[in-house]
Amino acid sequence: MNGVTLTLRVLHHGEKHLARQLTAVAERHRTEHEVHHVATDLADWSRTHVQRLAATADRHGLDLGDSADTRLPGLLSTLREKASQAVVHRPEPGLLLLRDLRELHLGATENSLHWEMLAQAAQATKDDGLLDLASACHPATLRQMRWTNTMIKNLSPQILTSL
Amino acid sequence: MEASVDRIAQPWGARTPYGRHEPWPARVDTYLEEGVDPERVERWVQASSILHSDGDAMDIAVAGGRMVGVRGRAQDRVNHGRLGPKDLFAWQANASPDRLTRPLVRREGRLVECDWATAMERIVARSRDLLGERGPGSIGFYTTGQLFLEEYYTLAVLARAGIGTNHLDGNTRLCTSTAAEALKESFGCDGQPGSYDDVDHADVIALYGHNIAETQPVQWMRILDRLAGGDPPRLVCVDPRPTQVARKAAVHLAPRLGTNVALLNALLHEIIRTDRVNHDYIAAHTVGFEELAARVEECTPAWAAGICDVPAARIGEAAELLGTADRLLSTVLQGVYQAHQATAAAVQINNLHLIRGMLGRPGAGVLQMNGQPTAQNTRECGANGDLPGFRNWQNDSHVADLARVWNVDPKTIPHYAPPTHAMQMFRYAEQGSIRMLWISGTNPAVSLPELSRIRSILAQDRLFVVVQDLFLTETAQLADVVLPAATWGEKTGTFTNADRTVHLSDKAVEPPGEARPDLDIFLDYAARMDFRDKDGGPLITWHDPESAFEAWKRCSAGRPCDYTGLTYGKLRGASGIQWPCNDQAPDGTDRLYTDGISWAHPDVCETYGKDLATGAADDVVEYRSLNPDGKAMLKAAAYLRPHEEPTDEYPFQLTTGRTVYHFHTRTKTARAPQLNAAAPDVWVEASVSDAATLRLGEGDLVEVSTPRGAVQGRLRVTDIRPGLLFVPFHYGYWDTEAGHAPEGSTPGRAANETTVTDWDPVSKQPLFKTAAAALRLVERGDGSSAPAPTTTASAPAPASGTDAVPPVPPTTGGPSALVTQSADATWDSSEEETR
Repeated sequence: MNGVTLTLRVLHHGEKHLARQLTAVAERHRTEHEVHHVATDLADWSRTHVQRLAATADRHGLDLGDSADTRLPGLLSTLREKASQAVVHRPEPGLLLLRDLRELHLGATENSLHWEMLAQAAQATKDDGLLDLASACHPATLRQMRWTNTMIKNLSPQILTSL
Repeated sequence: MEASVDRIAQPWGARTPYGRHEPWPARVDTYLEEGVDPERVERWVQASSILHSDGDAMDIAVAGGRMVGVRGRAQDRVNHGRLGPKDLFAWQANASPDRLTRPLVRREGRLVECDWATAMERIVARSRDLLGERGPGSIGFYTTGQLFLEEYYTLAVLARAGIGTNHLDGNTRLCTSTAAEALKESFGCDGQPGSYDDVDHADVIALYGHNIAETQPVQWMRILDRLAGGDPPRLVCVDPRPTQVARKAAVHLAPRLGTNVALLNALLHEIIRTDRVNHDYIAAHTVGFEELAARVEECTPAWAAGICDVPAARIGEAAELLGTADRLLSTVLQGVYQAHQATAAAVQINNLHLIRGMLGRPGAGVLQMNGQPTAQNTRECGANGDLPGFRNWQNDSHVADLARVWNVDPKTIPHYAPPTHAMQMFRYAEQGSIRMLWISGTNPAVSLPELSRIRSILAQDRLFVVVQDLFLTETAQLADVVLPAATWGEKTGTFTNADRTVHLSDKAVEPPGEARPDLDIFLDYAARMDFRDKDGGPLITWHDPESAFEAWKRCSAGRPCDYTGLTYGKLRGASGIQWPCNDQAPDGTDRLYTDGISWAHPDVCETYGKDLATGAADDVVEYRSLNPDGKAMLKAAAYLRPHEEPTDEYPFQLTTGRTVYHFHTRTKTARAPQLNAAAPDVWVEASVSDAATLRLGEGDLVEVSTPRGAVQGRLRVTDIRPGLLFVPFHYGYWDTEAGHAPEGSTPGRAANETTVTDWDPVSKQPLFKTAAAALRLVERGDGSSAPAPTTTASAPAPASGTDAVPPVPPTTGGPSALVTQSADATWDSSEEETR
């Protein structure tokens, strides 16, 4: 395995993880409507990245396995949504929300750094296809970071001063 | 010319045709209460319409201390004497016997009458307790688009600098926040670019999700008059309903709900593909063209046809009209603002104008509309989730400037995060971190989405709810304190319409009982709370409407919405005047951006912009690198699928909306007999083919349901887009046995029982127009038709086939709806001289 395939593998894992994490956060915070809807949209972005990474890896002779498997088991999803509805009138889930947004931000940041590495390796190896992939996907990862950062900035004053 | 016209049967009255570039002839509409002789009118008092955003100037007729009628003001630039049905009849609601006349407080679970001191001291005591125990973030203010400028400004000062809370927003969040946000994203700052006068000069008028015939009927009269005159404009209409606009359009596109961005990207694609772009304008005044061109490169009409379910050829025809227009006017409203990807779509309409260079010239303009009469003031005074005077909360020098105007420490004004939007305030109240919510002039228990949730929030014991209104609305019934407010005609103040025209509205009669102007209520609260500036002087230094207006002028000085050239004296007797109005423009300003983009420079812009998909905020560094010279920004957006799409269980798309005869939650219009009779109850619209499939007919009682709730109404079969259901959102419960919610024998009647809690992440405007729903028969009709008007978008589809369906009787108003229309040659000739 060379550095490129290694980065592809790590990134594939990272995007798959972020897609799952975004979906889980969307469900856990069903009653935080903006978080729920936008996180669901952003999970789709990571899923697209996973598929494109798998296709590129394929061309590099690397099998990254089942890329479609980023959805969560149905029962768990329902549980998470019900749990969120049960505490709709409580302030404490606010702290959990801030923690979840922080984790999403860190997950996206990790992916962003790996996209950076992949783009650098692509340039060094003059691999245009790989560079195109990184150029196409990395901006979306940066937008995922910016969103989580904005939500933390907007929500934390109220959540942290009302406990 | 003098005629008497039933203005319920003919909402737009008679035609006064005029040709392109000619002045719009005056037509004075007058309605006097039955039996009132014009000679008996003692005074005519200047005002402007309070029931939509058009700003129709009118005089109120007063006799014996009562309002007895209204008359359009021929000399006013907005309406040239015309009035719409709501203007003509809804003033009667002021004298309703069920007006609130005394404050109410909740005692042992019931609202009981009390005096003002008792009610205000209860509010003050709770405010002080909360400030001491939980801090300013525990208090929120939810206001409206229906008070006056002076009142919003006072509220903004007392909330932001007195209490020091970030939680102040208006119901303008539901009506106009996307308009403001789209302007900010494209031009760096709020401010309506165009003018209503553009209707006189345009050769193509495009209306996006804007049923202007029903929301601003007087401007529709203007368009109808142009259509009847020489060199008429061609109309492009994007609307899934068969509106009057659609019926008159050269091209009508009726897309699937939630697909506006796909449609607009295809229109942009065609205009760029055919190179109908103004390269000089783009180079001189914009940034971002390459990215926009790349984004829409794949968005062919055929691609969009698959998403929007509109024929590709029709998209091509629309693009042809838009691309070849000599002077293009576009208007935008709730079909865009309350739909999926609201801001992203509204911005693409700005983009279309920017790449065609269609801005700042007569006939070439954009009108990002608003719905309510004074929504513009909620925006500019900072009562809507922005800082006053379009100042940028992320720019410390703007905040310091505001602090200077108010003589407070900048730290007093919360600016560590954007001002909290209404939907988030209700979430904070739900979660328990907001403990007091002061609601003025709005009725969230009918107008917000997912009403069972809103009622459960408002009904919490731990939430102290203050409601300031004219009537015991559904929301007021859930309050802890109810304050009786005076309204239009009973108080003096100014307000500004959707094309920046400022009008003065004078007091004509006394308010009923102990009802007080909203301004007096806010001033009383500020005095009792003893808010101070940093030198220990009173924070609020004004005491009446005119002194409040003078204070606002100081806050607006040097800002885009500069009022410094206006005075009450200048506005009294004359036409309304468009801001900015100052030393450089003493007669006001027709159009913004006549000479390039003026408020987008990083140092002056109102916002650094947001991601159009996520709402994530950009910062000054990013903004400065993208747009160092302060040009207009062409922001591209990819189409995203709607969050809720039809399923087997909920196979229809559902949208809510309006009718010409009602305003908001009907608190006024249902109390005007002519308007109420024209549309007395909720109905449901479905297409001919869907009705046939489900074997449903006109007048059948049906239920529309979603995962959130259900509403029942009589069915009206129309030429609406197949697969789509429509329910008007005006109806609630105050005029039912249940009072404020569905109960017992009262099924769901408010459309918002069914709507989803989801909002545009950029403008934070709720999505009332993108949901999935089921439709079922409750009970066969008894042969009578649905209570839906026949004059408007809810007109029945022409009877087809051999079914012996009885014809639907036309909507009429009868003798009590007769309005005098007369020509006014004086004003026509004097107007020509001044041109």
